[in-house]
Amino acid sequence: MKGEDTIAAIATGLGEAGVGIIRVSGPLAVAVGDRAFRSRLGAPLIKRRSHQLVHGWVVDGAGGVVDEALGVCMRGPHSFTGEDVVEFHCHGGQIAVRQVLAAALAAGARLAEPGEFTRRAFLNGRVDLAQAEAVIDIIRAKTDRAMEAAVRQLSGAFSTEVRAIRDRLLEMTAHLEADIDFPELELEVHTLLQVEAGCHWSLEGIDRLLAGARQGKLLREGLRVVIAGRPNVGKSSLLNRLVRENRAIVNEVPGTTRDVIEEWVSIRGLPVILADTAGIRETADVVERMGVDRSREMLEKADLILLVIDATEGFTADDRQLVELLPGRAARLGVVNKLDLVNLFAFGPVAEALGGGGVVGVSAVTGDGLGEVEEAIARAAGVVDKEESLIANTRQEEALRRAALHLRGALETKASGFGPDLISIDVRAAWAALGEITGESVGEDLLDQIFSRFCIGK
Amino acid sequence: MGITKGYDVIVVGAGHAGIEAALAAARMGMRTACFTTNLDNIGMMNCNPSIGGPAKGHLVKEIDALGGQMGLTADQTFLQMRLLNSGKGPAVQALRAQIDKRAYAWAMRLAMERTPNLDTKQGMIQDIIVEDGRVQGVVTATGLQFAAKAVVLSTGTYLHGRTIVGEVTRQSGPSGLAPSVGLTANLKRLGLQVGRFKTGTPPRVDARSVDFSGMTRQDGDEEPWRFSLLSVREARKQLPCYLTYTNNRTHEVIRNNLHRAPLYTGAIEGRGPRYCPSVEDKVVRFAERENHQVFLEPESWDSVELYVLGMSTSLPEEVQIEALRTIAGMENVEVLRAGYAIEYDYVVSTQLKPSLETKQVAGLFCGGQVNGTSGYEEAAAQGLIGGINAALYIQEREPLVLSRSDAYIGVLVDDLVTKGSSEPYRIMTSRAEYRLMLRQDNAHLRLTEKGREVGLVDDHRWAVFTELRDAIREEERRLAKVVIAPDEEVQGALRRLGSAELKTGVTAAQMLKRPEVRYHDLVEMGVGRADLEAAVVQEAETLIKYEGYIQKELEQVERIRRLEARRIPSDFNYAGLRGLSMEAREKLASIRPESIGQASRISGVSPADVAMLMVYLEQRRQAE
Repeated sequence: MKGEDTIAAIATGLGEAGVGIIRVSGPLAVAVGDRAFRSRLGAPLIKRRSHQLVHGWVVDGAGGVVDEALGVCMRGPHSFTGEDVVEFHCHGGQIAVRQVLAAALAAGARLAEPGEFTRRAFLNGRVDLAQAEAVIDIIRAKTDRAMEAAVRQLSGAFSTEVRAIRDRLLEMTAHLEADIDFPELELEVHTLLQVEAGCHWSLEGIDRLLAGARQGKLLREGLRVVIAGRPNVGKSSLLNRLVRENRAIVNEVPGTTRDVIEEWVSIRGLPVILADTAGIRETADVVERMGVDRSREMLEKADLILLVIDATEGFTADDRQLVELLPGRAARLGVVNKLDLVNLFAFGPVAEALGGGGVVGVSAVTGDGLGEVEEAIARAAGVVDKEESLIANTRQEEALRRAALHLRGALETKASGFGPDLISIDVRAAWAALGEITGESVGEDLLDQIFSRFCIGK
Repeated sequence: MGITKGYDVIVVGAGHAGIEAALAAARMGMRTACFTTNLDNIGMMNCNPSIGGPAKGHLVKEIDALGGQMGLTADQTFLQMRLLNSGKGPAVQALRAQIDKRAYAWAMRLAMERTPNLDTKQGMIQDIIVEDGRVQGVVTATGLQFAAKAVVLSTGTYLHGRTIVGEVTRQSGPSGLAPSVGLTANLKRLGLQVGRFKTGTPPRVDARSVDFSGMTRQDGDEEPWRFSLLSVREARKQLPCYLTYTNNRTHEVIRNNLHRAPLYTGAIEGRGPRYCPSVEDKVVRFAERENHQVFLEPESWDSVELYVLGMSTSLPEEVQIEALRTIAGMENVEVLRAGYAIEYDYVVSTQLKPSLETKQVAGLFCGGQVNGTSGYEEAAAQGLIGGINAALYIQEREPLVLSRSDAYIGVLVDDLVTKGSSEPYRIMTSRAEYRLMLRQDNAHLRLTEKGREVGLVDDHRWAVFTELRDAIREEERRLAKVVIAPDEEVQGALRRLGSAELKTGVTAAQMLKRPEVRYHDLVEMGVGRADLEAAVVQEAETLIKYEGYIQKELEQVERIRRLEARRIPSDFNYAGLRGLSMEAREKLASIRPESIGQASRISGVSPADVAMLMVYLEQRRQAE
């Protein structure tokens, strides 16, 4: 369909793969592509022949390199959607792919709705009639899953805070609009002061949410997995095995102390920091030590604790005591090691002691059961159904950023001396952006607010 | 009894909607008849004696731009004229006029009498004649039949009207006029769904019994604007309004009598509007407030009758009097007419097409308060659209449908036919998405060409309009070209304005973009034209100053327009569509939107539903 806006999305699966593809489609696809891509030879995509792969780098808004990539421009109608399409083929894994997508969004594309590429392809005659039913199913299924994922991703605290900001914005809008539609109430001076304070307050909240947003935080800081257990249960063998089987990441975080063994690895495309309490001086009295030294601190920062148990010794009283001392915040997984050396092990008591956390059996020597550990790590990051979760998170963060942008716009408008009619444009846009996160529509909310807050009448 | 006489268009009702409908149809060359229950009550203002205000004033300007009557008559008969929100941006500035009720109604009657092709008749319409789903004519209560190719229903609040004052209720239209009793049943027989709303009006008092000395006087503007492009801004004597307040004693009187308030005793069933609550409602809902505003507004030049804005009520008359006498300056007030509540039938507006034609009966249009709106301006706007489209229907031309980015009329009609309303609908600027574009100052630029196209804008108006339009364009071009040099005179002027001094020369347009610089400052800097008409200055200045913001809205409008351009065939069957949510399917089937754009605004229809609808439409198109 001609004249739509320009959309972008990750076209490949989000598992660990060699190559990730980010697809941009729409009338401005080439312009977006050229803003987000610097070719090695310097010539922009717009000057290239259609369907020609170009080597270069994806760059962010400030010109910083995000990833090395191949760029290709496919001019409509000879493309998947029938529109102009630009694709970036970058390194696989969630970090690279996510950052390249962010670069495309920053360059002016909008995040695609579920099934939107396929729908456009259909509307432009690139998919035939027989496939139309399938398009419907894709939209429905993806929408449902995306919504489900979005709801699941919404932690109580997060959505409470978004709602609180949204309520404040609605209140501000109600003041602005009441001042405009009912000038006899003479609300202007009070309203403008209130709105300025409200914009600042909301911006602080949004910045806080962005800093804490799970996806962004995960990608920036990695998932912290701490391996705990009594001495000689095989903690370092497990760590070494996980490091050997997964791609190591060069640690760019400065100031990491080396008295703890910490390894950065990419597990299923997720950046993970594996830490082993074995790096700390081992004493016989594990339990006593727990309360005093650094391992306590590590465990408190952990997103996931792997409690290693020696299958040959069984679930001992010391193990049990250790479980009780684990801090409550992190997810836990029991890892029964050396399973290759015993015939029988009762998982039940371990699972019970861990209070519902899963238990897996492994052999750090043979590598058996490691896949399950990796699965548990991915689950702890909330990316089991990877695609939908990631998209839900990306959408939320994008909406938060947009809301912040509008609030800054509102403050600028006010500082320029313009009145409530213009300020209201950005405040309402910020409110609508936050509504995308909580799934609430604009509707009659505003009028309800105005009429419940102000006494208006003849 | 056989058909008495044939017309092209018959308009039922001669209130604010009926007048515009009848005048529009007649001016478009249709043989038109307008029926009223009482010829002496054409264009009555049964509630407040004022026209305009935010969004409402915009509607009046738009009615004028299309060739309607309300603005012209308001300009002839105003007692006071003020530009509201004058300190705010141009988009929300709005004219509001106090009107001489008597003079207005009389002027409207004369305007109708002097219009060729138009018969204005007294008669209560009892039934609509329909054959094969098409309108054929009307029947009066006295048994006369009149043939018509199209009928515009604009019966206001008269359908099954019932007024309530305290314990006293009676079958009545507003101001004690006869209600219309038979028509509702016949509308239902035609398949129209009918609902019931409530509204109210405050008491009127004798000015001679009021002490104004302690009240705040509100005068009209010194150089008042006019609604109509065709009116001349000559000096005019104006009357003031007065502002006073209720107090705790007033609230106490009301609270002590709540058990006698029909609103709380269950005597009133219809849903009332939240934006004009009765005073008893205010006292209950805003119990913490120590006072509420009360405006005293003159109803006419010569009469002592005052409208008490803020005191709408259906409390018993003696309680109304007692409550009024607690207000400062009104201790000895004489009530001339008691306030009352009125309940009435309305036609559920989602049964209408965007042309305001009913989906059930071809050639039957509904416009005005009968569609569940409130306000004279909302009524007039719909009457105008109904009248125009009745004429276009007979001429077998495409209906005039204004979009939400064309006009407040477009917002109003789209809201009514797409969303409906659970209370009497009032227009507000906050309902408009593209407020910056829908300014009152550019109503003519937005709409007069459309009015000309449908045949409602006559040569005189067209000449006045094109002259203004060309002058604005010329001034805009001139300001973009003429350069201001950073000489001492200019720098001095900028210093006085608290604006940054110039480093190099800039165009006048660039200078005007500074929020603190106005057009008259350009005159001082030697590049403005002191001789230009105020309307030209206002428009050119606004276009330049707000260009960035307007541009942003234009981009949004462009996106929406693409959705509006995707039409949905009227026979499109939603029943068999897989994937759509149940709610979406039901709503779509009942409202039958005309475009994807309209579909996307129906509550309960999600973006995913819209996406799927587009796929189904394409599927159908390809299959054909």
